[in-house]
Amino acid sequence: MAIIEAEGLKKIYSSKSGPVHALDGMNLSVPQGTVKALLGPNGAGKTTVVKILTTLIQPTAGTAHIDGIDVRRNPKAARRIIGVSGQYAAVDENLTGLENLEMVGRLYHLGAREARRRAQELIDQFELTEAGNRPVKGFSGGMRRRIDLAGALVINPKILFLDEPTTGLDPRSRISLWGIIQDLVKDGTTLLLTTQYLEEADQLSDDIAVIDGGRTIAEGTSDQLKAQIGGHRVVVSLVDAADAGAATQILARHGEGEPVVGADGRSIEVAVTEGPRALQYILSELGEGGIHLHDAGMRRPSLDDVFLQLTGHRAEDTEQSAPQKEAAA
Amino acid sequence: MSVLAPEDRQPENPDQPARRGATPAGPSELAMWFSDGWTVTKRNLIKLKRSPDMLIFAVLQPIMFVLLFSQIYGGSIEVEGSDYTQYLMAGIFAQTVIFGSTFSGSAMAQDLKDGIIDRFRTLPMSPSAVLVGRTNSDLVLNTLSVTIMMGTGFLVGWRVTTSFSSVLAGIGLLLLFSYAFSWVMALLGMSVKSPEVINNASFMILFPLTFISIAFVQSQNLPGPLETFANWNPVSALVQAVRELFGNTGTVPTPDVWPMQNAVLTVLIGAAFMLVVFVPLCVRKFASISSR
Repeated sequence: MAIIEAEGLKKIYSSKSGPVHALDGMNLSVPQGTVKALLGPNGAGKTTVVKILTTLIQPTAGTAHIDGIDVRRNPKAARRIIGVSGQYAAVDENLTGLENLEMVGRLYHLGAREARRRAQELIDQFELTEAGNRPVKGFSGGMRRRIDLAGALVINPKILFLDEPTTGLDPRSRISLWGIIQDLVKDGTTLLLTTQYLEEADQLSDDIAVIDGGRTIAEGTSDQLKAQIGGHRVVVSLVDAADAGAATQILARHGEGEPVVGADGRSIEVAVTEGPRALQYILSELGEGGIHLHDAGMRRPSLDDVFLQLTGHRAEDTEQSAPQKEAAA
Repeated sequence: MSVLAPEDRQPENPDQPARRGATPAGPSELAMWFSDGWTVTKRNLIKLKRSPDMLIFAVLQPIMFVLLFSQIYGGSIEVEGSDYTQYLMAGIFAQTVIFGSTFSGSAMAQDLKDGIIDRFRTLPMSPSAVLVGRTNSDLVLNTLSVTIMMGTGFLVGWRVTTSFSSVLAGIGLLLLFSYAFSWVMALLGMSVKSPEVINNASFMILFPLTFISIAFVQSQNLPGPLETFANWNPVSALVQAVRELFGNTGTVPTPDVWPMQNAVLTVLIGAAFMLVVFVPLCVRKFASISSR
């Protein structure tokens, strides 16, 4: 049995405009020692799954077990083996970094000295030393996230849950947090991660579940998912946007489906079956047509392409509503 | 980087559910309850120490009330059978501690909003510890308020005329009532969408409740329905009880209704009622709340 096992999870909230199906029969299975990413836009149901698995809310229907423990029936036992870090850094602003971690340690029932020792150890490991003795209030968003993440690691949890660990962070903090997470899972911690960033899922996880509308719509490794929609993409970038019409016709002739013109009006992309050959033909025809290029190339499909194919909408489109309040470096 | 943690020192086997039934609060459960409650109390007290605005409010507000009422209304409001400052102080004590208790509500709402409740709820801690810690720190704050008000009152000429034990009983009654009321507010705090709601609601409810009482005026001078309300108002019972225990009643007649005639008993019953009803409700509510 996998260490995380959920079957037929449903969560229905009532709202003014009728019932909302946050989860609509979700299945999930995560083998021990692996990293699974739940990938989906806002409102897909990712956070709801994590809340059920971490005993915060009860599902309307379905079962969920972690390490063989039924999280509905025995939340207390479940809480002893998990570490959780949520979307909004759940740290106490008025406590220092050290005090926050010490408090968490005490509430995991470590002894007073042990809690203090472990808190200090985490502060050092997460390079928060200079901030460890100042109230969290003055910290940047990235620092808060690191303290929150450290809070999830006070005991060496069997299962770690990270709900959108880098949402709202600037790119530098994001990459630094990725480094920390990659180090963590090296020694075999099971991690369930939610993200709306395709790159993040690709970088951190062994296995991805694409979530939309409260269900898993596809599952597999990043490569498997990409293989599902097959082939390559040919991308050209024009010197003159006026050539776009002619160039699109050429790409359409060699591609599968409609070429997509970028927002700048100069970059055009099309899916092709035989990448290198299609690229050759396209380039020579563009040359014959006297169309000048800045750039041309071939790429493997991204997870964004997978998402578009599976759901009919882009994952990134929904990110505008993502919280940006903690975007400070 | 290695992130090795010490062995989890659990008193119980993680695979076994907590022992229930015969000993609902076995030694380890009870120890856990104390230790977790203390951990959260400590957190709230550190918070109090580090947010000077809150502390200043807690210190200055009582001083301000004592001075305002005794110096401004003292000359205009007549209470037959007592000097107004002597009459007034119990009213200010009661009003201040009741308002102090609303802090449990706004703080719970704030914690919920900040997401730290989610952190607590994923930890294997005692399910009532957050609430115990919350109400405990209100108790500390209210104790501080009462001490300051008594000192300020003393400076403006207020005197207690009863025994030391009687005065202690009066202080105890104020703190007991406000502690029990903290649980009522904590439940409200967990039920509203934002901390601001609590602040506004407590303003709207507590001002009438404390002013339509015998805290600042005699009920016999109020128009009919308000007089009845004031006589049966639990705040009046608290004020009357404290006035009696501090020896500040003078020759002011006690309204002839049961709660006023048996004020101390009324307050004890009221506090017990609030605790018996709202502690379980709060613990139950806490087990299902989550931010957003």
